[in-house]
Order: sequence, then structure tokens, then C-alpha cells
Amino acid sequence: MKPAPFDYAAPRSIGEAVALLADPDRDAKVLAGGQSLIPMLGMRLARPELLVDVTRVPGLDRLHVDGAGALHVGASVRQARVAADPDVRAGWPLLADAIGLIGHPPIRHRGTLCGSLVHHDPAAELPAAALALDARLVVEGPRGRRTVPAAEFFVATFQTAVEPDELLVEAVFDRTPPRGAAFAELARRHGDFATVGAAVLLERAADGTVRSARVVFCGAGSTPVRLPAAEDALTGTDAGEAALAAAAAAVHAHLEPGDDVHASAEYRREAAAHLLVRACTEAWERA
Amino acid sequence: MNRPATPPLAEPSGWHDVRLTVNGTEVAAQVESRLLLGDLLRDRLGLTGTHLGCEHGVCGACTVLVDGEPVRACLTLAVQCDGADLRTVESLAPGDAPLTGVQRAFHECHGMQCGFCTPGFVMTATALTERADRPSDAEVADALSGHLCRCTGYRNIRRAVRQALDERFGE
Repeated sequence: MKPAPFDYAAPRSIGEAVALLADPDRDAKVLAGGQSLIPMLGMRLARPELLVDVTRVPGLDRLHVDGAGALHVGASVRQARVAADPDVRAGWPLLADAIGLIGHPPIRHRGTLCGSLVHHDPAAELPAAALALDARLVVEGPRGRRTVPAAEFFVATFQTAVEPDELLVEAVFDRTPPRGAAFAELARRHGDFATVGAAVLLERAADGTVRSARVVFCGAGSTPVRLPAAEDALTGTDAGEAALAAAAAAVHAHLEPGDDVHASAEYRREAAAHLLVRACTEAWERA
Repeated sequence: MNRPATPPLAEPSGWHDVRLTVNGTEVAAQVESRLLLGDLLRDRLGLTGTHLGCEHGVCGACTVLVDGEPVRACLTLAVQCDGADLRTVESLAPGDAPLTGVQRAFHECHGMQCGFCTPGFVMTATALTERADRPSDAEVADALSGHLCRCTGYRNIRRAVRQALDERFGE
């Protein structure tokens, strides 16, 4: 399983990277960690003429919290580094949880958070986490820099709002009120992509009820799927048995996953309802 | 003299000069863009201790340490490693040097069967013993789950890793 020939460039600035991506004569693709791209090259599912390695661009390896309390994750920041970061674990534990479910430690050492978002396998954990956290995705290309909200970023399977001549420069996660977070998934083997998974964020009000809820599924459509009906079923409740049953019922009523070789839609819906209950229970304990 | 011809360049600018450190030795090599790290190690440098199994990142047999962290040599291009410090299983007990704690533990606990997957397991275990603090049982299980032993010899492998960690961090 060897890749077809391609050229490789390691630009030293964002401008240089974008110029390479925008070259009309060559079909170029961004390479960061390569943990999804290199298998695709090996199986010859992808045959770009040029790989633009962005891991040597100064500044793209920045992982920091800005003055307003927002977390910035640069294009070349490895997943393992995000998951181990004390600021991330304290303020955005859903990211650490989601990354813990990706592949195995060697994959997470090389793979990048931004790479996983742009690759956008709809069964992957990080796109669901980014949608749940309302990430802002900063994209730069020949037409300048723009910021895309996560809700508009994921377009279809393996397709995002990033154009072929653009680079996802960083993902920004705003500071939010303290919330309990949990990610539960069903996978055929440990470390595999999820058959279906649920990301949950629950905010606890002073009177002990759910002030706000966020529910997003992966593996349930061609993009991560937010389920407002389940969020509504949880908001204002004590997150007890009745509320969880109502949230599970909302999954059965509103989630429309597809059929594939791994699972039928019916099986996915049933599993998603169970995973939601599990993730809610865990998130509420942490809220 | 009969000399094998240089293969035609598949792409005009697809060759790169890389410098890296492999098992403590500086290496300078010209590599094609698409050359995978596992193939650089095995075919170009003759370090055949690193085994290639599935070649798409699932089995873990090709795991080597890049800048101290375990990575899949089959999911890494050689050119990406320019400037990196690489360690393969050959680095552990070169020549007549005594076995490392991890190697000894694998030997004493019989942490291998056919041995094909062993270099990957040993390099992952080596990285675990090089951490500042003892990894938790969950972290050890997570690390070992990234390796497939087709002889299903996990019981002894887990015992070996536990012994190596006990020796390194105390019981």
C-alpha cells in the first residue's frame, strides 16, 4: 500500500502555503498529521499532485487561551497535546474526552485537531465536539481570511466550507459557563470510528436544574447532527429518569441516521438513544 | 561494470534531502516524497526490526519513537521527519549491550509468541517507561490497544509491561 507519486512542499508562511494551494496547475492537498490522509494515499483513494505540509509554518503550532478567555488551536497542533493541556482539560473537557476516543496514542501524537475537522469524517469525534462547542473556524485563502461558525462549516461527508485553495488556520473555542461534558460512543473495536456517538454539555442552574443543554451526534448523518428536541427535553429538568427518557424519545422521534454496512438506521437510532442517556448521566455528574 | 539504472523521477521536484537522527546516528538521505518512514528504515537503512503489518495504521507493528513519542511508521512520510530524532527497536540493546528493562520483561514474561508484533509493543512500552510519572492502568490499556497481536498473546504482554513499569517506577 504505497501512495502514487506526488510532490511535497513545506512552506514557511501561511501566505506561501495558500499560494501553493491556489496554484491552478496542480491539485494540491494540505498535509498536517496525515493520519487520515496517508492511508487514503496508500489505498489510492486520494491522488493529489502536491502535498502542502503546514507543520513547519511558524505560529500554526500555537495552543493558547487569549485575553477574552477563548481557546485557540493552530493548524499543526497535535491532538495529544490538546488532550493533555491543563487549560483544555479545565475549560473544554469535551475536547479532551473526544480526543481520547480517537484511534490510539500514536495516532493522536501525529494527528491534528484542525486536520480532523477539515477531513470531516462524519463518524469522527472532533467535528461533533466542535459543533457542540460552537467553534469558530478561521480559514485563509487567496480571497483573504474569514471565520466560519461550526454550524456552517460541515457541509457533507468529507466536505467542509474550506475551499481547495484555502487553509484552516485555527479553531477557536470561546469561553463558556462551567458545564458538565461527556462523549459516549459505540465502536466495533476500541479506537475505531464511531458507529454512532453522542456529545453532551449540561449547564447546572443554582436551583439544581438544567439551565442549558447541548446534544450533538456523530455517525448519524453526513455531518455532525445537533438535536434541539433532545436539548429541549433536558432544559429546565432535574436531569432525572423522566427527563432522560424524554430525551431518548426525542432521539427516536427526530434523529434520522442512515443505513450502511456497519449498522441499520434503526440500530443506530436505538444505540444513539442509549448513548445519549449514558452521556447525559456522566455530564450531569460533572456539571 | 553493470550498474542498476536510477529509476526515472516520478515527479520532477519530488525528491528531498532530509537529515535526521536514527538511533543516535546522523543520517542524510535523499528521499522521494511518497517514501514512508517504515520503508526508509527497512529498505534504505536496513533496520528491519521495525515490522510492517497492515500498512494503514491499524496493527501497530511498525511503531517507532519520533522525538520520544510512539508513532506509526506506516502513516508517516520520511520527508516529514526531516530534523527529527528517531528510535527503532535496534536502539534498545545495540551489540552486546544488556537488554533494557522492557526487553528483559518481555523475555522473562514470555511477552511474545511469533514475535512479529513485538517490536511495536516494545517501543510503545519503552515510551511508557520513559514518562515522568507512572502511567495509569487505563493509559497502559489504551496504549496496548493500539497493537494487534495475531497470536493473541496479550496476557503475557500485559504482564511484561507491568513488570517493566514496576521496575521503573516501583510497585
